[in-house]
Amino acid sequence: MKPAPFAYLAPRSVDEALAHLAEHGSEARPLAGGQSLVRLMNTRLATPSVLIDINRIDELAAISRENGTVRIGAVARQRACETSSHVRDGVPVFAEAVGQVAHPSVRRRGTAVGSVAFADPSAELPTALLAADGEVVAASTRGERSIAADDFFTGPFTSALAPDELAVALRIPVSAAARTGSAFVEESRRHGELPMCGVAAVITLDDDGAVAQVRIALCGVHRRPIRARDAEAALLSEHPDDELLQAAGALAASAADPVGDCHGSAAFRRHLAAVLTRRALATAISRAEERNA
Amino acid sequence: MPDKVRVAVTVNGTAHDVLVEPRTLLLDFLRDELALTGAHAGCEQGACGACTVLVDGEPTRSCLMFAAQLDGAEVTTVESLANPDGTLHPVQRAFTENHGLQCGFCTPGMLMAACALLQHTPHPEPSDVREALSGNLCRCTGYQNIVRSVVAAGAES
Repeated sequence: MKPAPFAYLAPRSVDEALAHLAEHGSEARPLAGGQSLVRLMNTRLATPSVLIDINRIDELAAISRENGTVRIGAVARQRACETSSHVRDGVPVFAEAVGQVAHPSVRRRGTAVGSVAFADPSAELPTALLAADGEVVAASTRGERSIAADDFFTGPFTSALAPDELAVALRIPVSAAARTGSAFVEESRRHGELPMCGVAAVITLDDDGAVAQVRIALCGVHRRPIRARDAEAALLSEHPDDELLQAAGALAASAADPVGDCHGSAAFRRHLAAVLTRRALATAISRAEERNA
Repeated sequence: MPDKVRVAVTVNGTAHDVLVEPRTLLLDFLRDELALTGAHAGCEQGACGACTVLVDGEPTRSCLMFAAQLDGAEVTTVESLANPDGTLHPVQRAFTENHGLQCGFCTPGMLMAACALLQHTPHPEPSDVREALSGNLCRCTGYQNIVRSVVAAGAES
């Protein structure tokens, strides 16, 4: 099948793009890397009547570090995030996740912001953003606002973005604490495919080795990316050992509400949630301890 | 129907100034408008990589990009690899010498992804090749000889 007809607009500035979005609203879709949207258009699961191509807005391509946050613009490619020292050093969990998105040729066009805005409940980047306590910068002709990742993902492929809003950037805080480690682990049927389950963990240890802060997020096991809040609570102020990590994994699995499909049954995904949470935590903790050395 | 879009694009070194319908995929533009049928229409949803071409030097699935997006871009397809006299490009020769293809359907995409890799990494390890070509499916070879071919092309340069 081929895409349904649409009008093509290629604004040169954010203001111009926002004016187009204000005019066309839910009839329009912004086009960034197109690695998800064009696929849906080719199969006519998406039939926007107006396509607003934001790839020619140079200011949206930047990845920068400012005031303790890493800012990733809406057309910064996933590959650029993967190799950016700002992302690798500042928010390593995001860099580790982006390296597991699809294949190199897809990452060279696909954007990090586009993947977040697409809000696929199985995808890596929404989950990494959630674990890293990031936010989405949403702009419209009405102004600009920040939406915390915790509030952004509202359901499968749906987000808190209004029809006239453009996700112009991600903002992710850089952890200042010395003993912070993170990990993103996933399990998929085939290298490069969406995972059956993925887990992002960011953990900070205090001077005594107790857990000072922890955020755990999962994909593939719910209708949207989720935090494993009970597991986080169980870890806080504790000295993590094998038994505690096992328990945290079990709590993460109980937060999951997976739907089975041809890639993995609900029971298997729940099992993965437990195992991968334990592994992600173990890796994040050993990295936090290394950073102390 | 929505207005057509004017696009000035260079394909394999030849400049084209054309009007395209917005929904025309780069893949269909190459195949139907320019009669460059080397890029193959496989899945048409970004899964198989048979339509891979280079856009401004980057390997790109031509089924996931619209021709309207190409104003000012440079596109390189598999047709540009061999010399006009038929002499094969080193990567093509390596594929023939190492049995890197059987039915050949995936080969144009494999070749373009391999060329992109060799530009950045002239002497790749097998693991580099596997990563760079992981987005290209082959249903015949089992991949071993494709990896061998690209490593051989690198060793030769």
